[in-house]
Amino acid sequence: MAETKQVCTFFLNGLFFGVDVTLVQEVIRFQAMTEVPLAPRVVSGLINLRGQIVTAIDLRRRLEMPDRPAGRTPMNVVVRNADAIHSLLVDEVGDVVSVDESTWEAPPDTLDSRTRELITGTHKLQDRLLLVLDVARAIRFQAVDATLRDA
Amino acid sequence: MSAFSGMEDILREFLVESYENLDRLDQQFVLLEEDPGNKEVLASIFRTIHTIKGTSGFFGLGKLEKLTHTGENLLSQLRDGKKSLSPAITTDLLSLVDAVRGMLRHIESAETEGPADHADLVSRLAAHTEAGPVAAPAPEPFPTGEVEEHLPSIQPLVVVELPPPPPPVEIPSMGKILVESGAAREEHLSEALEQQAAGDPRHIGEILVEKGAVEPVAVKDALAQQQENRAREGSVADSTLRVEVANLDRLMNLAGELVLVRNQLLQFASRFDDASFNSILQRLNLITTELQEGVMKTRMQPIGNVWSKFPRIVRDLAHACGKQVRLEMEGKDTELDKTILEAIKDPLTHIVRNSIDHGVESPEVRAAAGKSAEGFIQMRAFHEGGQVNIEIRDDGAGLDAEAIRRKAVERHLVSSEVADQMGDRELINLIFTPGFSTAKQVTNVSGRGVGMDVVRTNITRIGGTVDMQSERGLGSVLKIKIPLTLAIIPALIVKAEGQRFAVPQVSLLELVRLEGDHARKGIEMIHGAPVYRLRGRLLPLVYLRAQLGLAPAPETGSINIVVLQADGRPFGMVVDEITDTEEIVVKPLWAALKNIRLFAGATIMGDGAVALILDVMGLAQQSHVISESRHEALAEMSHAVEDNGEDRQTLLLFRVGDSHMAVPLDRVDRLEELPAESVERTGSQEVVQYRGRILPLVRPSDHLPERRGERRGGDGQRPQTLQIVVYSHEGGSYGLVVDGIEDIANENIQVRREATREGVTGVVVVHDRITELLDLERLALKVG
Repeated sequence: MAETKQVCTFFLNGLFFGVDVTLVQEVIRFQAMTEVPLAPRVVSGLINLRGQIVTAIDLRRRLEMPDRPAGRTPMNVVVRNADAIHSLLVDEVGDVVSVDESTWEAPPDTLDSRTRELITGTHKLQDRLLLVLDVARAIRFQAVDATLRDA
Repeated sequence: MSAFSGMEDILREFLVESYENLDRLDQQFVLLEEDPGNKEVLASIFRTIHTIKGTSGFFGLGKLEKLTHTGENLLSQLRDGKKSLSPAITTDLLSLVDAVRGMLRHIESAETEGPADHADLVSRLAAHTEAGPVAAPAPEPFPTGEVEEHLPSIQPLVVVELPPPPPPVEIPSMGKILVESGAAREEHLSEALEQQAAGDPRHIGEILVEKGAVEPVAVKDALAQQQENRAREGSVADSTLRVEVANLDRLMNLAGELVLVRNQLLQFASRFDDASFNSILQRLNLITTELQEGVMKTRMQPIGNVWSKFPRIVRDLAHACGKQVRLEMEGKDTELDKTILEAIKDPLTHIVRNSIDHGVESPEVRAAAGKSAEGFIQMRAFHEGGQVNIEIRDDGAGLDAEAIRRKAVERHLVSSEVADQMGDRELINLIFTPGFSTAKQVTNVSGRGVGMDVVRTNITRIGGTVDMQSERGLGSVLKIKIPLTLAIIPALIVKAEGQRFAVPQVSLLELVRLEGDHARKGIEMIHGAPVYRLRGRLLPLVYLRAQLGLAPAPETGSINIVVLQADGRPFGMVVDEITDTEEIVVKPLWAALKNIRLFAGATIMGDGAVALILDVMGLAQQSHVISESRHEALAEMSHAVEDNGEDRQTLLLFRVGDSHMAVPLDRVDRLEELPAESVERTGSQEVVQYRGRILPLVRPSDHLPERRGERRGGDGQRPQTLQIVVYSHEGGSYGLVVDGIEDIANENIQVRREATREGVTGVVVVHDRITELLDLERLALKVG
């Protein structure tokens, strides 16, 4: 029996994503945030999470998807990676699902390359495809992007 | 399994205590050198080494024991006046301290003494010992530490093989206690001591008991008394407690959070009008403030803790450089936050090293200059205006502003025309530029070119400033200003496009609000850059909105200027609104956002929202408001400029040949200095390539009709560089070639006489001199 893994799922532009549940600190409603002028556009702003300042990253922009339609407020999936905490802005949060290796597959070719880069693989669930996000990479790119911008 | 299993705690305690003692030794040796006869200091040094020796025996650390043992022998002779201290001995004893420290480090990391046995140091120390090579080999490690502990002052007698010295004054020896209490007689004690000196390995008490000269009970009592004496000596330590810095940091953070919550609560409370709630809140407010202060105080340490290593550094370095240096410290008790103390440690070391290496001259040079052979370095610390000031002064050669200018230009740190505009003080502060090193030779000590810029970077990182002042031949003084603490800082809250930003008050000079007419006309453009006349001085301005990439503010009829300083130079930041001051807790930004130079961090405001903290230095650098030294030079030149009157105009004064001429400053785009060889010709017209364009040059003397008796600038030798006043006319740029920029004057433009010759619009009197106002339009036409 293959090892099962718990994945926290969410939706982005109609696609079904998930992140390893052990990385997720909490899921919270949309919070007022402070914009950071001059920051890369994927950085939506800074959130006060019980006295801690958390950088919010708009996953739609990160994955180069069209912006969220006006009036739709995103949800925060707060993830902890290394020693930093970030909030990933998603359209809507789904359930926590258990997956195992039997359903695992490499990212399909039909995905655009930008999205493919940021997912570790997919799980074929009964009714749909779950894309597993590579959190470390989703965040790391930011640093590069920001550096390039600065240069 | 470690070699010290089960004894880790004792070992750690031994290490911590030994480090502290060794640090103190560094100071004491230097003290001793000044006062070689100081018995008290010698005894204290002796005791430290002795304790380490004893404990290392207990842990079975043979090499360490042997080393300290040899040192102890020498020290006991020094203490007894059998040998006097020479610089060579001090150096070897200091090496001993270093060697011991090295071994302790090794024990700390690897739980062994390390490979080095310091045999040559041991033999050198032994050679110093009067009795020649130490005859007695290092004793076997004591089976337990107990016996050794009880009879500390007798122990050295065993190995010195000399008549017994008087025991040290601090803690009466076993024998002395016995004699004083009447339990033993003086002559018995002497006998026992002689016996010991002759090679009897037993302790004094044992010998006396065996002789029947004293009751075993008396020895036991004496031991107890001795221990009590030692305990009394250590009583200061009992009132203190070692705490991990990490714990204090956590406490500090929590206190900071509490302050924020308190602030939020206070804001929230303003919505209610409930007396009892308000009084509870008032108490919470007071307690929080006190708690915050209390926690902050736990982290405060006197600067002396960092300074204590300097006597040693100065001594070693002075010896190495063949110089004589006297170090004086003032304000050792000045307290600073631990984090800040750590942060300034290395910069201070570097500065002091620099002062000795480059500042203080060799005794011969000093004598030739009529100074005392001994150089002088003073470290001074004091509180002022909520900041800590640290000054490091030396009476050395001082800095050569001219040499710095040459070097800075040579290394392309500044262009020559910029450097020419700089005053001595500005030039001197160029030593903080990355890649600058004044050492003619790279020495062992300093001069690797990564010095002073790192010093400045480190100091500015903790919100401090550095300023160097120097007078050639008389010495230099480096002034550092740093905040007391980093965790909570007072900040001014400003707004741009509705968003709040915090400006640390350290960099704040004043606030200026312009309304009505002043708002419309107060801001002038000089060389395409906005400036404001603040009490006669030109204050370069930056617009916060523009720097943040936001749309310009709509006209509101008023302008808010926050006057800031970066690098000791003032500039104004134009903001939409100035709201309030608030105490903020600085929180770091995510690494990827740290690349934005404009922000120093973020904070949580009283209402719970996040606000960004502006990095004043970064703002100044990004906007070039202070590094563009052209603006700066003009601002400096306009010191004397008075408030603009109605018919007053600011003139740029310069010389052409021996004529004084002027043009209105607001017509001037830039001042440039270009090498003469960069001049090219198209037909008969002189041009230079300037900022990617062709700039036609205008020599006023070529176009003005010659006056009688006028000496023209063009004859004789042509200068190597051209002073050029760049101005625009009908979309084109022109370069007016002058023989020297003289001044900027704010003058009542009353044309005294109409133009006397073509190309001149009028004649005015400036500084009691006839000055011709050039007709820039006409000159531009002449060039075509």
